[in-house]
Amino acid sequence: MTIKYSLNILPIVRKEFRQIIRDKRILGVLLFFPALMLFAFGYALNFDVKNTRMAVYDEDRSSASRDFIQQFFTSEYFIKVQTLSSKAEINNLLDGEQVRVVLVVPSSFSKDIQRGKSASVQVIVDGANSNAAATVLGYINAMIQQYSLKIMAESFMRIGGQQITLPIDFQPRVWYNPELKSAKFLVPGLIAFILMVTTVISTALAVVRERELGTMEQIMVSPIKPIELILGKTIPYIIISLIATAVILFFGYVLFDVSIKGSIFLLSMMTILFLVGGLGVGMLISTLVETQQLAFMIAVIVSMLPTFILSGFVFPIRNMPAIIQGITYLIPARYFLVALRAIILKGAGVSAFWDQAIFLTIYAAVMIGISSLRMRKFLA
Amino acid sequence: MNIIFHIIKKEFIQFRQDKKMFIVSFFAPVFQLLVLGYAATFDVSKIPMAVCDFDNSASSRALVRNFTSTEYFRVVGYYDKISEIDNQLDDGHASIAVVIPRGFEKKMGAGQSAPLQVIADGTETSSATIGLNYVFVIVSTYSQNVVLESLIKRGSVMMPARLSTEFRIWYNPDLKSRNFMVPGVLGLLLMVMTMILTSLAIVKEKELGTLEQLVVTPIKPYQLIIGKLAPFFVIGVIDVILVVFFASVVFSLPVKGGVLLLFGLSLIFLMTTLGLGLFISTISRTQQQAMMTAIFFFMMPMVFFSGFVFPIENMPAIIQYISYLIPLRYYFVIVRGLFLKGVGMSILWTQALALLIFGSVILSLSVMRFQKRLG
Repeated sequence: MTIKYSLNILPIVRKEFRQIIRDKRILGVLLFFPALMLFAFGYALNFDVKNTRMAVYDEDRSSASRDFIQQFFTSEYFIKVQTLSSKAEINNLLDGEQVRVVLVVPSSFSKDIQRGKSASVQVIVDGANSNAAATVLGYINAMIQQYSLKIMAESFMRIGGQQITLPIDFQPRVWYNPELKSAKFLVPGLIAFILMVTTVISTALAVVRERELGTMEQIMVSPIKPIELILGKTIPYIIISLIATAVILFFGYVLFDVSIKGSIFLLSMMTILFLVGGLGVGMLISTLVETQQLAFMIAVIVSMLPTFILSGFVFPIRNMPAIIQGITYLIPARYFLVALRAIILKGAGVSAFWDQAIFLTIYAAVMIGISSLRMRKFLA
Repeated sequence: MNIIFHIIKKEFIQFRQDKKMFIVSFFAPVFQLLVLGYAATFDVSKIPMAVCDFDNSASSRALVRNFTSTEYFRVVGYYDKISEIDNQLDDGHASIAVVIPRGFEKKMGAGQSAPLQVIADGTETSSATIGLNYVFVIVSTYSQNVVLESLIKRGSVMMPARLSTEFRIWYNPDLKSRNFMVPGVLGLLLMVMTMILTSLAIVKEKELGTLEQLVVTPIKPYQLIIGKLAPFFVIGVIDVILVVFFASVVFSLPVKGGVLLLFGLSLIFLMTTLGLGLFISTISRTQQQAMMTAIFFFMMPMVFFSGFVFPIENMPAIIQYISYLIPLRYYFVIVRGLFLKGVGMSILWTQALALLIFGSVILSLSVMRFQKRLG
């Protein structure tokens, strides 16, 4: 009797594994792709705005204006592409994306400073990419304010006042990621993204493929129980996903110095919880559709886009409209990301993300529950 | 011609018969537009700020008011212990914290520099950079006002010079992420709906063995290709209409550079996506393989390295050169130019030419490969 009730999943696991391994390209994608993405995100994809192309139109042509302009190009944020000789050139430069910023210093600049008046400069920014533009605006604004403080003190000395001490000594500090490297922010997100995409898409396809090719009927007439089929189909992908996670963490550490500050055990537990949820979604999709094409479309819609956009991976959730913020509560990656960032970047313990763990557990339980019920119905 | 027509007809019938697929094909673009239009926003405002004012003086309160009166920050709480600030940052309730030490007002009054500590959560790099810059600008303005006021108080007749800036933001004056994202969705959508679905449709016939049946009929390969690609071409055109409609009605983002030009250039872009779809079908045996190849080797690298979210200018030089090989790159410049800047062919002709070259090369190469494999 005991034999009859024990789960017999090993053969399915073995078969599924063999199928994955035989198809070298898929295995390569599952293992190699995470490392490639990490590489890309670490080196190429970031929001660090540097070397912004700038054109200068200096109507004043004085030593004061040159000094003012010079400060922009001693920083790493701007590179001078062109010096303009008329205002008319500005349009074409910005339209053709040759420059992102145009700095206009009016002819009265040095005179105004001499007379102790407020000298005004004009900055024209290409706002199309709003995020980059906001960052650039911030840098320019900060540099101009700093310069303003400087000429304020200088001009006061010139007119015979005593030296001005700046009233406030501004001491900025950045925690958790002091060099403000995007890679640190993106590594946890990347783990969530890749895990979600690979688990949902591959599980959804694994089952639908059998249906489309007609091999599902063969499985149905065999004495395999639904739970065995589900476990057998998903375990190989869980293992591959865990290996992929390890690969990401390893390269994150080697290439970008992203070390896990918190407990690796907690990290693994949260990852497994998240994976189980993702597999549940994949299973559910596979019971709803008949063709791989459709399974793929739905898997992309429910996994890729939301995990990229609605989870806080790239776009901060708090900037979203209230209704979208509400929707993000349905995205498991949202909870996983909070926990991952807390463990990896902040070294926080369970107390910082226990609520996220509960949400993930509920999500995984619901998804596995619904998909098993449906799977049973259609295997019967 | 008649044969091509029949194949196209068959493809459409097949497409329509799959009701679920039909629904998803139209639901997906709308869903993507809404999600990307409303959720993909960096608009940094109301950054949650924790305040720790140990001085609690008129000056310190005035400084804090300068923070709260802007759109940029939202004070989540006032605390009187440093440890509570730690907690707020650790839990992510606050992204930035301002600590005003005791003696702030006194020091400033005595003509000394009063320290002001500002702590930013660096995990979200973009918000942290923008947030710190905002703080700096507010603090500098405050500093300058303090100096001016103290001069006036001392009865000074001479005033020092200052700088004022007039910022002009072109193309997207409110700096809305949405305006940047929504045109980009068009590129993304055309890739998914035409490149990936084309490759799947062809590989499916291979996998089920029906492609071989077609090969032994008197249908010529080019007729088969045109027949197979036509439905996806139509879907692509419908997607363009859909996005233009949604962009102008829902997001009030009309095509400033002209709808016709957008259509014309989108058709050129479709050549590249259909060509790539055909190409992927020639290198894949199963649908799973085609999908994985399409997503991981084509779509994701293309989307990431073409400037959809991450600016190309920030990438290392070598990757910037590689990005010239991605057709999507040119298409993004085109759609953003047409939607946001309202530029015309005089600016966009280089992008259009690049797409045309890519399209013809990819399409003819794939057609050759496809024919060879059939033969």
